[in-house]
Amino acid sequence: MANIIQIKKGLDIPLPGAADLGHVEACVPHRVGVMPEDFPGYTWLPIVSPGDKVVAGAPLLVAREKEQLCVVSPVAGRVSEVRPGADRFVEAVVVEPSGAKSDLIRHEIPTMDSAREETVRLLCRAGLWVLMRQRPFDIVPDPDVIPRDIFVTAFDSAPLAPPVVDEQMASDLESGLSVLARLTTGRVYLGIPYDSSLTSKAARVYEFQGPHPSGNAGVQAAWINPVNKGEVIWTLDARTAVRIGRLMLTGETDASAEVVVTGPEAEHPCMIHTIVGADVSQLLRGHVKETVRHLRVVSGNVLTGQRVEPERGFLRFPYRQITLLEEGDDADEFMGWASVNAGSFSVKRSFLSGLGLRLGALRFDARLRGRRCAPILSGEYDRVFPMDIYPEFLLKAIEAGDIERMEQLGIYEVAPEDFALPEFVDTSKQPLQQIVRDALMSLRAKQIDNQGR
Amino acid sequence: MKGFKRHLDRLRPQFEPGGRWKKLHSVFDGVYAFLYTPNVTSTAGVHVHDANDSKRTMMLVVLALLPSLLFGFYNIGFQHNLACGLTCGFWETFLYGAARALPQIVVAYVVGLGIEFTAAQIRGRDVQDGFLVTGLLIPMICPIDTPLWMLAVAVAFAVIFAKEAFGGTGYNIFNIALIARAFLFFAYPAAMSGDQVFVSLGGSAAVDGFSGATPLGQISSALHPADVQLTDAVGNPLSTLDCFLGFMPGSWGETSTLCILIGAAILLISGVGSWRIMLSGVAGAVLMACIAWVSASPLCPAAYLSPLQQLCVGGFAFAIVFMATDPVTACRTRSGQCVYGFLIGLLTIVIRCYGLGYPEGAMSAVLIMNAFASLIDRCVVRVNINRRLRRLNAMQR
Repeated sequence: MANIIQIKKGLDIPLPGAADLGHVEACVPHRVGVMPEDFPGYTWLPIVSPGDKVVAGAPLLVAREKEQLCVVSPVAGRVSEVRPGADRFVEAVVVEPSGAKSDLIRHEIPTMDSAREETVRLLCRAGLWVLMRQRPFDIVPDPDVIPRDIFVTAFDSAPLAPPVVDEQMASDLESGLSVLARLTTGRVYLGIPYDSSLTSKAARVYEFQGPHPSGNAGVQAAWINPVNKGEVIWTLDARTAVRIGRLMLTGETDASAEVVVTGPEAEHPCMIHTIVGADVSQLLRGHVKETVRHLRVVSGNVLTGQRVEPERGFLRFPYRQITLLEEGDDADEFMGWASVNAGSFSVKRSFLSGLGLRLGALRFDARLRGRRCAPILSGEYDRVFPMDIYPEFLLKAIEAGDIERMEQLGIYEVAPEDFALPEFVDTSKQPLQQIVRDALMSLRAKQIDNQGR
Repeated sequence: MKGFKRHLDRLRPQFEPGGRWKKLHSVFDGVYAFLYTPNVTSTAGVHVHDANDSKRTMMLVVLALLPSLLFGFYNIGFQHNLACGLTCGFWETFLYGAARALPQIVVAYVVGLGIEFTAAQIRGRDVQDGFLVTGLLIPMICPIDTPLWMLAVAVAFAVIFAKEAFGGTGYNIFNIALIARAFLFFAYPAAMSGDQVFVSLGGSAAVDGFSGATPLGQISSALHPADVQLTDAVGNPLSTLDCFLGFMPGSWGETSTLCILIGAAILLISGVGSWRIMLSGVAGAVLMACIAWVSASPLCPAAYLSPLQQLCVGGFAFAIVFMATDPVTACRTRSGQCVYGFLIGLLTIVIRCYGLGYPEGAMSAVLIMNAFASLIDRCVVRVNINRRLRRLNAMQR
C-alpha cells in the first residue's frame, strides 16, 4: 500500500474550459520547433543550419558547457529556420517534417548489467536527458553528478492540466523507473494522485491528496525528503519516464505528445495527439472562440506556461497543454477596486468568489488586476506554499542579495514553479517566479565561478 | 464611463515625459488608477492574477473605520451638547461633529497625499495607496481641538520621516499614524493632553462643573480607591456600557468599542486584519489588567479599573484593531503575530497602570512593538533555519 500524504495548503484555480478527454483529435504539424529556453542552465548552440536535412532524433542543439547534452529533432525533415532571439541567443530551431517515418536514429540499447555511464550517455544522445530537472537551481541535470534521489510525478495538479500518463503507459513507465533507479544511489519516488491504481516495483510510491501544487515533483520531494545544501535531486514527470522506458525498449526517442487545448477562450476543448514542439497555429485550428478580441495563447498552464505567438509559436516543454484566454488589455473596468462583480475570482473574502459564492461564470484574463507595489499583506504566500519554508523571508533575502540567508532559508529546495501560486494571489503583483529564477541563476553562476577558481 | 476614459486617454500624452504637464504625471497616474483598473497585462510568470489589489485592501480598512468615524462625528456633537448644556436633535449633533472633524480629515489627506504625489513624481514611481488609510487614521486618534496647522505639521513629519525616508509604502518600520500622534504628543504636549482638548466647546461657554477629562485622565489623578468612579464631561457617573458604546470624551475616532468591534468584524471577515494579533492582544491586555486589578494600589490608580473597563476606555481597542494589525509594521510570521499582539496588550496596560505621567499606553505599546516586530520574526524564522541545519547535519553524519 502506498504512503499517503495530505497537502492542505494550495489552491485549485477554477479556470473554465476543461478539455473533453473523450474527444481526441490528431494533428500532424507542418513545422516543429525546439526552444532552447525550455532547457535552463546551459547555453545551447545550434549545430544545424537552415536547409540541412535531419532525421528524427538527430541533435539540433548542444550545450556549450557539456557537449554530451543535446536537444534532438522530434521529426525527420529539413531545418527551415534557426530563429535568432534576444542577446544573440537562438530562440528556436524550426524543422519542416518530411513525413518519412523511417528516417530516425535507433540507438543501441544498453543491457541491464551495463555501466551507469552507458545509460547516461544514451539518455543524453536521445535528447531525453534535457527533459529532467535537478534541484538545486531547477536546471537540466549535470550528467557528471549522481543524484541523491529521483522524484517522478505521475500527475499534474495545475489548472486544466490533463492526466500525465494513462493506463496503457504503465509498463513503459515501470521500465523507465527501473532505468532511473540505476542512475541514483538513493531511491526513485513516484508521486501519484490519491486513489490512483498506479503501482511500481522500481519506485517507492506515495499518494498525494490536496490542491495544486500537490502534483509538482518539487513539492512532493519537499514532503518526502527535501534536498539539503550540497545534495542534488532530480525531478521529472511520469511522461518523461515513459519516454525513457520506450527508449530502452525500442532504441528510439518517443516524440509523440498528448496535448489538451483548454481555457476560457477554447472552442471545443479536447485532446490532440501530436508531436513535441508542434506548430501552435495548427493545433489551434478550429479551437479558438470567434468572440475573442485579443487572444493570449499559453503553451502550458496559466501558472507556469509560456506565452507563445499564435502564428509563429510552438508547443513548449512539458508538451501537454495549451491554454487560451482573453488578453484583457482593452477592458474598461471602472473603479475595479470597489467591484462586487461575481465574475472576479479572488481567494480573498472581500470578493463573492472568495466567500465561496458562485453567482455566475468566473472570468479570467491576463491583466495584473492592480498595480505593482511593495509587499504589504503578510501570510498571503504561506497559504498556497506547502513547503517548510518562509517564502516571504526567502524573497526578502533574494531582494537583499544575501546568499547566506538565502541558503539558510532553503533557496536550494525551491524552483520558480513553487512560487507560481504565491504570484497568483499576491496583492502587490510582484513577478515572483522571475525573481526566484534570476536568484537561482545568479547563485549557480557564482557556484561555477567558485569551482573555476 | 467609456467616453470619459477615452477622454483621459487622450489627455495622457500631456502628462507623459515631454508633455506640457509632465510634472503632474504621478497625479494623473494616481487619479487614473483610482478611476480605472489598469489594463497592464502580465509579461512574465503567471498569466492570470487574483482580483484583489492593494487599493481594495486599503479601501476595506477605510470601510472598517467608517462606523467609528460616523460615531465619532456624533460623539463630538454629543460631548459638545453635554458640556454646553444644549439639547439638540440627532442630525444637529451629528452635523456639528462632522463640521468639526471634516477639516481635520481634509488637512490630513491634502498634506499627506501632497507629499506622496510629490515623492512619487521625484522618484519617478507610481503613487502608492497606503495613505488612503493613514489619512483617515491620523485625525481619528487626535483630540478634536487639535489645531489644523499642528495636524498638518505632524502629518508632514510622519510621512516624510517615518515613511518616505524609509522607501515609501511597504517599507516603513513604524506605524505612520502613530508616529504622527506621537509627534503631536511630544511636540505639543499642552495641546494634546489635559481636560480641555477632548471636548469641543466651539466657542460656547461650558456649564458649571464641566470637566473634559477622559476616563483615563480622571483615573490617573485619583488619589483614593473611592475616586475611581468615572464620570462624563459634566460629572454624571459613566457606566461601563457608556464606555463600551463610546459616549465619553477622548480622541474622537476611538471612543466607541462597539463601533471598533464592527470594524474588527469587517477586517476579520475580509481577511485583511490578523485575528492572531487582535486575539492575542486582548488576551495580553486582559491578563495584565487582571494582575494589575488584584494588586492595585493608590500608587497606580489606573489599576483600579476592572479588566472590562480597561478594554473599553482609552485607545486600546482602536490600537489593537487598526494599528497593531498594520501588516507592514507588524510581525509577518503567524507565531510572531501571536507574541507581538500579546505584548502590545500587555504593554498597554503596564504603561497605563504603572507609567506615571502617561494616562494611555496603547500608542507607546504599538510603537515599541513595531520596533521589536522584526526581531520576533527573526526568532521564529530561526527555528525554521535550525530545523534545516539539523537536517543537513544528520545527512552529513
